[in-house]
Amino acid sequence: MDELFVKAYVDESEKEHIARPNLTALQDGWLRLKKNKAAVVCLFTLIAIGLLAILAPEFSRYSYKETNYDIIYQIPSMEHFFGTDQFGRDLWVRTWMGTRISLLIAFVAALLDLTLGVTYGAVSALAGGKVDAVMQRIIEVLVGIPHLIIVILLMMVMPAGIWTIVVALSITGWVNMARLVRGSILKLKNQEFVLAARVLGTSTAGIIWKHLIPNTVGVIVINAMFTIPSAIFTEAFLSFIGIGMQEPKASLGVLINNGYQVLRNFPHVLIFPAIVIVLIMVCFSILGDGLRDALDPRMRK
Amino acid sequence: MKSAEKKLLLEVKHLKKYFQVGKNQILKAVDDVSLDIYKGETLGLVGESGCGKSTFGRTVIQLYEPTDGRIVYDGREINGSLPSAERHGFTRKMQMIFQDPYACLNPRMKVIDIVAEGIDAHGILKGEERTKKVLELLETVGLSEEHANRFPHEFSGGQRQRVGIARTLAVNPEFVICDEPISALDVSIQAQVINLLKELQEKRGLTYLFIAHDLSMVKHISDRIGVMYLGAMVELADSESLFEAPLHPYTQALLSAIPIPDPDVEKSRSRIMLEGSLPNPVNLKEGCRFASRCPYAEQLCKEKTPEMKEVRPGHFAACHKAM
Amino acid sequence: MSRLLEVNQLQVHIRTQHGIVQAVRGISFYLDEQETLAIVGESGSGKSISVKSIMGLLPKNGKIVGGSILLEGKDLSKYSERQMQTIRGSDISMIFQDPMTSLNPTMTIGKQIVEVLKEHRKDMTKTQMKDRALELISLVGISNPETRFDQYPHQLSGGMRQRVVIAVALACDPKILIADEPTTALDVTIQAQILDLMKDLQKKIKTSIIIITHNLGVVANIADRVAVMYGGQLVESADVRELFYQTEHPYTKGLLASIPKASHKGGELTAIHGTPPDLMDPPKGCPFAARCTKTMEVCRQYPPEDMLCGESHHARCWLLDERAKAFRE
Repeated sequence: MDELFVKAYVDESEKEHIARPNLTALQDGWLRLKKNKAAVVCLFTLIAIGLLAILAPEFSRYSYKETNYDIIYQIPSMEHFFGTDQFGRDLWVRTWMGTRISLLIAFVAALLDLTLGVTYGAVSALAGGKVDAVMQRIIEVLVGIPHLIIVILLMMVMPAGIWTIVVALSITGWVNMARLVRGSILKLKNQEFVLAARVLGTSTAGIIWKHLIPNTVGVIVINAMFTIPSAIFTEAFLSFIGIGMQEPKASLGVLINNGYQVLRNFPHVLIFPAIVIVLIMVCFSILGDGLRDALDPRMRK
Repeated sequence: MKSAEKKLLLEVKHLKKYFQVGKNQILKAVDDVSLDIYKGETLGLVGESGCGKSTFGRTVIQLYEPTDGRIVYDGREINGSLPSAERHGFTRKMQMIFQDPYACLNPRMKVIDIVAEGIDAHGILKGEERTKKVLELLETVGLSEEHANRFPHEFSGGQRQRVGIARTLAVNPEFVICDEPISALDVSIQAQVINLLKELQEKRGLTYLFIAHDLSMVKHISDRIGVMYLGAMVELADSESLFEAPLHPYTQALLSAIPIPDPDVEKSRSRIMLEGSLPNPVNLKEGCRFASRCPYAEQLCKEKTPEMKEVRPGHFAACHKAM
Repeated sequence: MSRLLEVNQLQVHIRTQHGIVQAVRGISFYLDEQETLAIVGESGSGKSISVKSIMGLLPKNGKIVGGSILLEGKDLSKYSERQMQTIRGSDISMIFQDPMTSLNPTMTIGKQIVEVLKEHRKDMTKTQMKDRALELISLVGISNPETRFDQYPHQLSGGMRQRVVIAVALACDPKILIADEPTTALDVTIQAQILDLMKDLQKKIKTSIIIITHNLGVVANIADRVAVMYGGQLVESADVRELFYQTEHPYTKGLLASIPKASHKGGELTAIHGTPPDLMDPPKGCPFAARCTKTMEVCRQYPPEDMLCGESHHARCWLLDERAKAFRE
């Protein structure tokens, strides 16, 4: 070891070297999400459900409205995986068709929520002052009115159908998103990197698109994750009380309503759609929670 | 500052910035502060929390609208009345470096885009040339190409601050306001950043307004120093004079409170201990702001607000008893 | 000689999602009665984690993986949480940097002091506890203790709050007071007051103090002995005068050279280039090797041993080794 007491060559670049791998916020978030086993399981479950919803009805030889009075109320078998209902329709196809419709309604409603909520919240936060105050008062009034009552009233007034349900759901759901987005932007507005952007001469539009929105995306995505199960549940509830989808089209709520009426004698009619809806809701919630933990930069280190 | 050519770059006249913090509650964050800054010099601005030095800097650079007063840069009046096209061009000349290295960079942008922000905002360069310029700037601040595609959270505080400096330099400013640029950094990193700032000043002929609360560091880098207390300027002089012969009692107390990294000296010092603490800054009354804690306060001090007077050549103080 | 506190070869690991950070890599130091030890270091040096280990306040993902912490002979690193709860506040107290968050905003300051007494001094009556609290409020230099007793933290200034924090910490006459950057968040004039207060209280209560700071001026002001940490290791420890006037370790020298002295103006500050090492993958040899101006090959390959370079002056640096004599010339 004695011979080592001589001058060492030190690479200049070593001094500023960064050891950690180069990750974007997204990649970093994904890595953290992967560690949350429950969230990953839910993610794959949802993907599986989604695939089944799209593909199962296409690959079956039965259609969702094909009736056959010879085979009504059959229990699950190799012919009919989920059995048949009161009109002899194949429940496997109807369940996945219903899932497709429920998911479609939920996604579109969430999308409308998002668009309306983000715009409202962003404008409110950026305008500030009196405009902001007025906009917030409007929201407070809206929140005060029972959400479900508005939805039911709308359903009774407008023609039945998917789009009616979507609109009814969106009308009140956007409020939460608006509040969250407003909160996020208010906080970001005064951060030093936004001040720096102003000092450097970045235009207001530039500030919104380069700085404010990218840092709010996390909040938006996570809130959307929670909006979806909420929409699915509300739709199911509406269908369950009879003002949702109309026959022969079925959403999960309609199926559950049908199954509920014959629960005593033919439980299989209720069980399968019920399991699917529970799975969807639970998985979105757990995934949403997982995403929130994974994307929150403060929880780093 | 060596030579006799002292060209006036920035004139701030009776600047006021008041905030409404409640019904009938006015916080006079900056209350009638006047200051001249000459080309090529470094003017240090010190004071403790609540003195208004940061607010002063941000008002000068137009992040806040002044409540009153005039700001004249290079002969042109710039407060609020500039048409937006001119104001856009003006942002290239006056820039700011911020305090918190953990908040001054957008966590979702790559370093190359962060540094190029000013370039993009003014459309100066594009494509290949833009990349080249950014890499040049990174090298100037002691970083390298490997850092260009990384994100802020991968860097240390000192490195982030240097990215911030590179970003500021990208638009070729003349005048840079440094708002507590080193307060959040470790001691050994502070020296790196200070050396870099001085080097850049020499090479590019920059003028600095250096806002900080660490007096020793300010003395090291500044030609002249202004001391603020509760929104007012209480003393202004060149660094040597301020440290050797402070006139204002607050400056004297401030200087005596700085711990010196020398055990024999530090342990045997006698200090000027200030009684009590800062009075409520909201709705201040007439009279010297420092009177409640000043060991020399008299009746006059409590009644009449002192003005900045040139007590010795080039050495100003706002104190009835300074001579 | 039995020390009041003896830390031997302490090793602490922190589990993160990217891997294990070796935050503290085998440090040893001691504390005697009625003395003040300053632990100096920058972010990432491991100084805060070290004292948190002493208090048993490591975060959930942190763990002591080696070494011992002996308080009057008893090994604290092996204590359960319940055992540590009897020690905290009565034998060892800790105060933190931010007085705003150290106090409960919904409790009067008098009550907060009494709470500590209730926990550890069950032999005292209610009246005795209140008297003691008033005594402490006065002891830390706050006037009108009777009035202040019933006030809430937000009614006090930052400096006063820190005084209250100190009062709470000293309520049960602890043998050791650990102060983690107690004045960093305070204005310079208030800092001077608080440091004087701590020195004053030390004489009155006869407690020992461990103060963590990165400010060498504060060290010169209050410390009897100093320990310098870098990259999870203790690179130099000595009496305060020897540390400043006979500095041995290049990092300490670099630190001292990078702060402006009040005397000279202008010129360059001798900066230490580069950044501290990543402790998830600590360097093989000396943690300071990449940034040192006098690195030798041996420094990069082998961690330096603890060398004695004066009475009770230790430093971990190969330059102090006999064999480095030729290089030093």
